[in-house]
Amino acid sequence: MRLASVFLLPAMIWGQGSVLTVAPVEKVHGKRNDVLAVKLLAQLRDGYHVNSNKPNEEYLIPIKLTWQAEPLQVEEVAYPKAHAVKSGFSENPLSVYSGAFEIVTRMKVPGNAPAGPVLATGKLRYQACNDRMCLPPKTVDVPLTIYIQ
Amino acid sequence: MPISTRRGLLLCSTALFVSALPGCSSGSGRVEAATKPTGVRKAAPDFALRDRNGSTAKLSDYRGKVVLLNFWATWCGPCKMEIPWFMQFEQTYRDRGFAVLGVAMDDEGWEVVKPYIESHKINYRVMLGNDRVAEQYGGVDSLPTTFLIDRAGRIAATHIGLVSRRSYEDDIRQLLDDAKGSQHAAR
Repeated sequence: MRLASVFLLPAMIWGQGSVLTVAPVEKVHGKRNDVLAVKLLAQLRDGYHVNSNKPNEEYLIPIKLTWQAEPLQVEEVAYPKAHAVKSGFSENPLSVYSGAFEIVTRMKVPGNAPAGPVLATGKLRYQACNDRMCLPPKTVDVPLTIYIQ
Repeated sequence: MPISTRRGLLLCSTALFVSALPGCSSGSGRVEAATKPTGVRKAAPDFALRDRNGSTAKLSDYRGKVVLLNFWATWCGPCKMEIPWFMQFEQTYRDRGFAVLGVAMDDEGWEVVKPYIESHKINYRVMLGNDRVAEQYGGVDSLPTTFLIDRAGRIAATHIGLVSRRSYEDDIRQLLDDAKGSQHAAR
């Protein structure tokens, strides 16, 4: 079994009033029984943050990356370590990402997967704020083509 | 600037922002209100939205009152800072012809908004918003977004993002004090 790392190049997929950019999808190649590590690079505009995948308050909307990638099997979506910041509106420190961060998805290519391209779509849902205001939750599509050899 | 790592810095940065606004503060402690002159105020679009009891709330029902119209959501942290202020404004100025109207923009609707209203004991009327009403008010792309509406039903001030409590209260007082002029203008 081979672990292939794939970076999605840092051109821009704009989302949520242009405060968050996601690197575009590049062609990914994999062999049957490979586990592909697809690294999604996101960049937030200075001054903004998004909640991590595990916010400390129930009412906050977590960032979440999901995939439709059949026949590939999504084994894990690994989020980066969040940083804790205090705010004037919460007893608990907020668990957030800011600046540039990376989400890694591990996808397994089944042994019986047919050769050829697989069109996968990621959906990145997030909700951004700065210290004065929040923007509505958004979902950005992240298209990805995987070539099974 | 990301959210501060020190408690209270948010308020400090807000104060700095507010102090940068024209007429919001002065060294003497006298604060000039940031409301627009009456001659340039535009009519606040009317709407009809359901409140938590299922009753229809129309903005036009509040003509003759000063209205603080606040667009917010349960997931919006800065909105949570303002809500206790608004509750106090409602209590303090209600008898002078003032009302707070909250418009919740949560996609999940009453399922999340009602528990929030109850747990925070919100004492003013809250309705569920929709895209149409948001469009009427310029899109409401950021929360909180708050409009202060004079007794003649005109938008006297617009605040996008967290604003200091003092700024709100100065505006409210000014609009209440200007009541006579505005009522005449409405006729």
